[in-house]
Amino acid sequence: MTRAPDVVITGMGMTTPLGGDLESTWQAALAGESGVRSLDNDWAATYGLPVNIAAQVKVHPSQVLSGPEIRRMDPSAQYAVIAMREAWADAGSPDVPPERLGAVVSSGIGGIWTTLDAWDTLRDKGARRVLPMTVPMLMPNSPSAYVELELGARAGAHALVSACASGAEAIGYAAEMIRSGRADVVVAGGTEAAVHPMPLAAFAASRTLSLRNDDPEGASRPYDVERDGFVLGEGAGIVVLESAAHAAARGARVYGHVAGVGLSSDGYHLTSPEPGGRGQIAAMRAAMADAEVAPSDIVHLNAHATSTVVGDLIEAHSVRQVLGGAADGVALSATKSMTGHLLGGAGAVETIFAVLALHHRTAPPTINVSQPDPDLVLDLVRDTPRELPSGQVAAINNSFGFGGHNVALVVTSA
Amino acid sequence: MAHSEQEILAGLAEIVSEETGLPADSVTPEKSFTDDLDIDSLSMMTIVTLAEEKFSVRIPDEEVKNLTTVGDAVTYIEGAQD
Repeated sequence: MTRAPDVVITGMGMTTPLGGDLESTWQAALAGESGVRSLDNDWAATYGLPVNIAAQVKVHPSQVLSGPEIRRMDPSAQYAVIAMREAWADAGSPDVPPERLGAVVSSGIGGIWTTLDAWDTLRDKGARRVLPMTVPMLMPNSPSAYVELELGARAGAHALVSACASGAEAIGYAAEMIRSGRADVVVAGGTEAAVHPMPLAAFAASRTLSLRNDDPEGASRPYDVERDGFVLGEGAGIVVLESAAHAAARGARVYGHVAGVGLSSDGYHLTSPEPGGRGQIAAMRAAMADAEVAPSDIVHLNAHATSTVVGDLIEAHSVRQVLGGAADGVALSATKSMTGHLLGGAGAVETIFAVLALHHRTAPPTINVSQPDPDLVLDLVRDTPRELPSGQVAAINNSFGFGGHNVALVVTSA
Repeated sequence: MAHSEQEILAGLAEIVSEETGLPADSVTPEKSFTDDLDIDSLSMMTIVTLAEEKFSVRIPDEEVKNLTTVGDAVTYIEGAQD
């Protein structure tokens, strides 16, 4: 049997609450900065929102994109295109036949700003004033379509939706496109732009958001005893994946490998993770088997850890079950402590963090852990970055979503 | 109050400029929306929607295909004002 092509990462880009690009975001993460701020508007007063904090993108798209681009794209697509342009340039703008180039860009929620703006227009001014671009802007595959169009990709453009696992699932699917021979290069990732009063009200209604309004920078605190929910964030992360042979032929710089993809579903509850971690464990085991790595190969794990009371610990126990004693040597980072929760963007941004951690041999810190949860059974990187071992090593990124979607990706060093 | 031809041209140029990124002063009466300004059907309908609101007129879909140039649109809007 012919072995499936090895998948390498040759380009990365992002726009996040920590920075407008890869380097500024990474440096802010290493410095342990928080991207969470008080909202600079009157939403809380106007709508009676219990939450007045969020992690909005540090660099507004209007500073990067043209006026017509802003008008024709929902913010979720704007972030994706910004991150894609950086990733594509970072990869050296690969010369690849259009038929061998794919795009997989996900959003958990889709074009919510466009949807709700159009609804406002309809109610206030009537149907004749609803703009013709509304549907192509609100559809959840719009970011994927814009990436596909700009690059002229013809091997397929996809937008897998699995709530907060979407960005990681997109990267996993992109890797499978290369392994199955459908494409040589695939641009993949996730994006979200849902910092709008309606989603804030809705997430607050489900009692999942932190209400630490008086301490924005301390609000996202995964694994701390006083964590009280996640902080809504926004932004995008995009990677350029490539078959190792294609990358080698053009002499591309390789950051690392997407070596294993693990997917599962809980089959348990719409929003609560299965308490025993059954699905999470299955996803991590599948990813490690796919990558042919042992627990002792794993040196770093970027946790899903959103700062919810229940979710953080279920994941920690799942990791402990999968890695056993080897978990003691694994540097655990919960970067949502700094970025907030980017929903459909989270899995992509955090996979990039895991790749950068191996590339630079530095695990980013977890901030705001004043007192670790006594039930945390893992080795958390707190406050300052930690050096990772040299040699051939691997890391896991976990991303889980409402609906019981579990995605684990194993990335390995170059 | 009715808008003058000059006001309509200036207002339409502003809408086209925002939609396309072209400088407003390049949006002159003799320009063809499709051939000179590279405006596709979706953008054209966006411009029509915004122009209807700006000038308080109705531009029926069956008229839009007759609006080949910027000047055609200015003339139609001027005549459609009550």
